[in-house]
Amino acid sequence: MSFLKVSDLEVEFRVDKNTVKPIEKVSFEMNEGEVLGMVGETGSGKSLTAHAIMGLSSLVGGKIRGSVKFEERELLSLAEKEMQSIRGSQIALIPQNPMTSLDPVYRVGDQIVEGLYKHVKISKRKAKLQVLDLMEKLRIPKPDRVFQQYPHQLSGGLKQRIVIAMGLCTNPRLLIADEPTTALDVTVQAQIMRLFKEMTVDKGIGLFLITHDLGVIAQVCDKVAVMYAGNMVEFGKIETLFNTPRHPYTKALLECIPYIGMKKGTLNAISGSVPSTATYPSGCRYHPRCPHSEPQCENEMPPFINIEEDTQVACHLYQEKKG
Amino acid sequence: MGKFVEIKDLSVSFKVSGGLFLRTIGTIQAVNNVSFSIDKGEILGVVGESGCGKSTLARLILRLIESNSGSVTIDGTDIFKMSKKEMRQQRRHMQMVFQDPYSAMDPRYTIFRSLVEPFKIQNVPLPKAEKRKKIDEILELVGLSTEQGFAYPHELSGGQKQRADIARALVLSPQFIILDEPTAALDVSVQAQIIKLLEGLRERLNLTFLFISHDLSLVSYFCDRVIVMYLGRIVEIISADLIGNTPYHPYTKTLIDSIFMTTPGKRNQIPVVEGEVPSPFNLPAGCVFASRCHYVKSICREQNPALEKTVENGQVACHFPLN
Repeated sequence: MSFLKVSDLEVEFRVDKNTVKPIEKVSFEMNEGEVLGMVGETGSGKSLTAHAIMGLSSLVGGKIRGSVKFEERELLSLAEKEMQSIRGSQIALIPQNPMTSLDPVYRVGDQIVEGLYKHVKISKRKAKLQVLDLMEKLRIPKPDRVFQQYPHQLSGGLKQRIVIAMGLCTNPRLLIADEPTTALDVTVQAQIMRLFKEMTVDKGIGLFLITHDLGVIAQVCDKVAVMYAGNMVEFGKIETLFNTPRHPYTKALLECIPYIGMKKGTLNAISGSVPSTATYPSGCRYHPRCPHSEPQCENEMPPFINIEEDTQVACHLYQEKKG
Repeated sequence: MGKFVEIKDLSVSFKVSGGLFLRTIGTIQAVNNVSFSIDKGEILGVVGESGCGKSTLARLILRLIESNSGSVTIDGTDIFKMSKKEMRQQRRHMQMVFQDPYSAMDPRYTIFRSLVEPFKIQNVPLPKAEKRKKIDEILELVGLSTEQGFAYPHELSGGQKQRADIARALVLSPQFIILDEPTAALDVSVQAQIIKLLEGLRERLNLTFLFISHDLSLVSYFCDRVIVMYLGRIVEIISADLIGNTPYHPYTKTLIDSIFMTTPGKRNQIPVVEGEVPSPFNLPAGCVFASRCHYVKSICREQNPALEKTVENGQVACHFPLN
């Protein structure tokens, strides 16, 4: 039984009488307790994918098409009311910026309790005890004190822990974390990421991690999906993708990252820039920047094909593996 | 002749006021007794977590804020002894590229106008006939087209804006440029483009860079030597080639261990450092890193270690250096 199966997901918005599709043809599968990473540059549609899975894009006027099956239930055909009972309790989202996703005029403890109280039948007193317990597990020092504090009194790392507690308090089956450590310092990022692994993998909670940092993906995830200009271009196991990247974009992206001990002058850059939603090129969206571009790439969007077990790629360079 | 840029015993502290009548309730020692030098044509990196005084240091060196004590000598002249008028003339020889390209350019000026403005401010004659040619040259140098020169900042992408920002720093042919996290707001592929651009510019124009960043991998790749700062103090100066193998300060080692490498399988199993950077309010005596250091001994809490020579122009401030 598959845990989360997304097929041909697309989101359409109307902008001044035109329709734009910021994401299109996004398909992937995730098993129970797995850590799935999604990586891509600004505007590649990572956050939108997360919002579409949770049915949030329809609230802002987007049309979601395709299918999102969560534990054999089709989420996209659920009524908003049914979706609300899943959102927050079974699928939780940790939003991008902890600095702005906390309400500045409420005590942080009450903000966590609110989420728990809303989704689980529990007395307020018990809810508070449960939250304090969770805060302690998240290694928040002096949870009693922090519970009573306001967001502006906390450091970035603590605020992030509070937001994680909000996501975890209802014991969801799937946690979607949208760039959870982007605003943090490296030493704090390392702490938070370790915590993430402990709190999800060890408890069998599925983690869908969105980031632009390939290093975080390599160290934390089991599988990774690479997004470019609203399309998924490659999907595979971490080891396979990092050791033998197939799509020219994935290859180029990996060569853009400096590392300690890298020889000077060997950094590679991708020429050109990421197209915007309104100016997506025809065919393969990466073809204007691709060194292997051929006439076929200009005219035809490459299908997303299996080339190896658990490895899919959307590129005309590769042939589908039969059988 | 001495070094090209020489910084001696530079310190600045800010008073923090609060409470009734806004009395002074404490001081923040933002930059504490910092001394180092930069050779002509060298790229010196400054790395550290948020709040360690990197940006304050940059502003002090350019005399955008006044220091409490110390001196900055650039090409043999002590700029802290200059009058206001002399200082303004000196500014054309030392420039800065800012962190956030989105707010660094005037939104109501075209790029062209932003690039002409330094000539007016500095009273550098720029005959009308040559204006176009000069600006086109600069635009070409940073990889922008003439048409992009007539664009407003909001019409450009983040990477293009950062190129324009670099162009503005270059128009008056300065010798010394401070780059304050020039790629922090950009995607990795765009970061790679900007770094390659800077590499080329330094070679063609024989520039001297002070490069500030929180990304140790990037700094170790791009720079010749690296300064590691923690809470306003220099804890280590080290050659970029040595940083991966033989860091001397435990904090440098911590920063390296916190990096998420893009090599899967080599998972970071090393215990991550606990806690966050303490508040810079009224620092205790002793080593600034003592509260988070794995190797802390009683002397570390009592006595602040002085910077001692290591190898290859390196220095470290630690009672028990690692190598």
